[in-house]
Amino acid sequence: MMRQLTRRCAARCLALAVAAPAALGLLGGTAAAQTTLRVIPQADLKNIDPIWTTAYITRNHGYLVYDTLFALDENFEPQPQMVDTYEVSEDGLTYSFVLREGLTFHDGAPVTAEDVVASLQRWGKRDAMGIQLMASTASLEAKDERTVVLTLSEPYGLVLQSLGKASSNVPFIMPKRIAETDPFTQIDEVIGSGPFKFEQAEWVPGSKVVYTKFADYKPRSEAPSFASGGKLAKVDRVEWLYIPDANTALNAMVSGEVDYWEQPPVDLLPILQSTPDLTVETTDPLGSHGVARFNHLHPPFDDVKVRQAVLMTIDQERYMQAGVGNPEYYNADCWSYYTCNSPVATDAGSEAYKGKGIEAAKALLAESGYDGEPVVLLQPVDIPVTNAAALLTAEALREIGMNVDLQAMDWATATSRRASRETPQNGGWSMFFTWWVGADVLNPLANASLKASGDDSWFGWATDARMEELRTAFAKASDPEEQKRIAVEASKQAYQFVPYGIFGHWTQPVAYNNRLNGVLKSPVPLFWNIEKAG
Amino acid sequence: MLRFIAWRILATIPVMGVVALFVFLLLHLSPGDPATIIAGEYATTENIERIRAQLGLDQAWYIQFGTWIGRLLQGDLGISIFSNLPVTELIGQRLEPTVSLAITTITLAIVVAVPLGVLAAWKAGTWVDRLVMVLAVVGFSVPVFVIGYVMIYLFAIKLQVLPVQGFQPIGNGIGAFASTIILPTLTLAGPYVALIARITRASVLEILDEDYIRTARAKGQVERKVLMHHALRNAAVPIVTIIGIGVALLIGGVVVTESVFNIPGLGRLVVDAITARDYPIIQGMIIVFSGVYVLINLLVDIAYTVLDPRIRY
Repeated sequence: MMRQLTRRCAARCLALAVAAPAALGLLGGTAAAQTTLRVIPQADLKNIDPIWTTAYITRNHGYLVYDTLFALDENFEPQPQMVDTYEVSEDGLTYSFVLREGLTFHDGAPVTAEDVVASLQRWGKRDAMGIQLMASTASLEAKDERTVVLTLSEPYGLVLQSLGKASSNVPFIMPKRIAETDPFTQIDEVIGSGPFKFEQAEWVPGSKVVYTKFADYKPRSEAPSFASGGKLAKVDRVEWLYIPDANTALNAMVSGEVDYWEQPPVDLLPILQSTPDLTVETTDPLGSHGVARFNHLHPPFDDVKVRQAVLMTIDQERYMQAGVGNPEYYNADCWSYYTCNSPVATDAGSEAYKGKGIEAAKALLAESGYDGEPVVLLQPVDIPVTNAAALLTAEALREIGMNVDLQAMDWATATSRRASRETPQNGGWSMFFTWWVGADVLNPLANASLKASGDDSWFGWATDARMEELRTAFAKASDPEEQKRIAVEASKQAYQFVPYGIFGHWTQPVAYNNRLNGVLKSPVPLFWNIEKAG
Repeated sequence: MLRFIAWRILATIPVMGVVALFVFLLLHLSPGDPATIIAGEYATTENIERIRAQLGLDQAWYIQFGTWIGRLLQGDLGISIFSNLPVTELIGQRLEPTVSLAITTITLAIVVAVPLGVLAAWKAGTWVDRLVMVLAVVGFSVPVFVIGYVMIYLFAIKLQVLPVQGFQPIGNGIGAFASTIILPTLTLAGPYVALIARITRASVLEILDEDYIRTARAKGQVERKVLMHHALRNAAVPIVTIIGIGVALLIGGVVVTESVFNIPGLGRLVVDAITARDYPIIQGMIIVFSGVYVLINLLVDIAYTVLDPRIRY
């Protein structure tokens, strides 16, 4: 009798425990008619200042909250965004920008030219293109409430491309009182004039970020095109739910608990694709650009012949198969230092190296006089694509007779270690592996790893005077044909001095529920224009 | 008793001091520099050095340690390097999910495991005993993430009666809270049920051989009273010990479950902080975890004296 009772109770209790929340209508049922777009972002929003950090997650946060003077369209042309009209003087040295009427910040204050000046000045102290622009700027002033005047000290062809740049750091416009914060100190208040407001009180770092529709936002009338055009918030709330475990994220997508997954792992795509309610789509046309970076300071990679020899060993197909896996999402024949599919993409100069193989590399290495110095490769084991790149490079270098020391570590350690200028034997490094999103390497100037001015270059500290001349010439050129010609020259020069090897090009699809409509194609994820049914 | 408690609290001070120094040195000797991570891809050496100076990372380790200890004594765990928010606020946000999960898990484990353990001891050598012990081995051996994913598949994907992930604070209503806590609790309780059931069985079995149990039975006490009043109370000391260890482990180590069910708890906070080299959070968390261990040890010691009058300090 007692046993029966216990068994019955156990069954009943479990059923009750499991069914109770459903019976009470707790599973996602909200009484409000608000539409909420639930997103699994690529990373946790750790900080909120898109000028202080280059983190892509903070850049994406910035796009929801802030607006920009210009923004790229689908032809990679900068289009006016907050700007109503603008004029360029005949000598090309003075730019006057007039802001659209009625732009307001989330705190109700109007957007003024002074806010723009302060915002651009702060951005110009942190961003690579901003620093370049400010170096050519004689003055930046607010002429009246709505007019900003930028006067150059020398010709600079990339003013609008800089103000409309798509990726970190984006020149977002903030109120003057906030933009006056030291650029090396984080802002602690998020007030923009973008289509969504940041709900600071609801922010749970490591878990949840909430944005609500900004009712007073004044969208442009043009159709959206990349980050330009009308930014219409078509949902009431956007919630970023950070779900670091890929299986949990997958389950949340399949169950319909979340609507949009920014970076599903390629391994899980078949499951997402076979789920009828979900769409898997590549929305970023530019993809990512694999970088095998040399340390130019120390032997053996201070010798250009050794760098060229390594370039000959790179078989992009093997790298992409190992790191990405599915050929639908990679291009194993992309040798452009400016991401493939972009306006100035070119593989000029690559023919001397690509596909040459191990034997040719061995011969060149022998010519260089390499005498067995250790080559320290940093292997970030927690990121599949860079882990595979390190392993394959180690194998190839051993094959051509190099003395390889492959050091496994996590990504955080690798990013710290790569800043060391010590010799490889003394805590430094010889090669590390990373990638840029395409929007960051659109041309010789934007691509920070082409900078070759020695000490103040990107990690690896390349030096090449001719490359610097070409980069400067590119910055000054305003004619697209001229820009293209210089980009080709710079590509040839890059293949001569080899700042880094390109180990492949791949795209990262997004997954979203079919309830969504209006997901935009763009090099960065954008959350306006998305409608949610039901 | 009060003198004992006061003495124990005082004894924690040097323990916590050593923990603090050890944690500080360990973190500062480990590779990885937050300034470099913060500075990002475009950083120049000058930028990195500027950030290091702002964070105080350019000072000698003992100065950094002294500053940190000074603030710690005032209850200030510092500011997160990355989110720029006070560490106490971040820990506060994460405390409720973890403590909730620990309480529900340990309660469920006690409610299920103690009767099972007593039953197994009472029926020692029979199929009931063997079944309970087999279940205990299974409960202890199957990894938590496997149980978690099976639970999610069954209740969230197939039956769609519970959500896959997330946490609803109890303030949002008991129903909402229950909907997000049931699956992680069922998942996490397995190993604890197994552990407590085994200890309970062993402990009760030992007591059942004692003379006073034989005396109680000889006096004609019903078996239930013999078990509950005589055996269980005296067997409780090791059970309380294992429950205490269980609670401490739950507070500090439910990373996998928090990850599988996407619960924004303390475990996830510390893992994220380690990945990012967010020193103030890591230091603060270890201090908090150490404090919890010390407190639980104290409570367990007090429980001993209540349960067994022979234990005196």
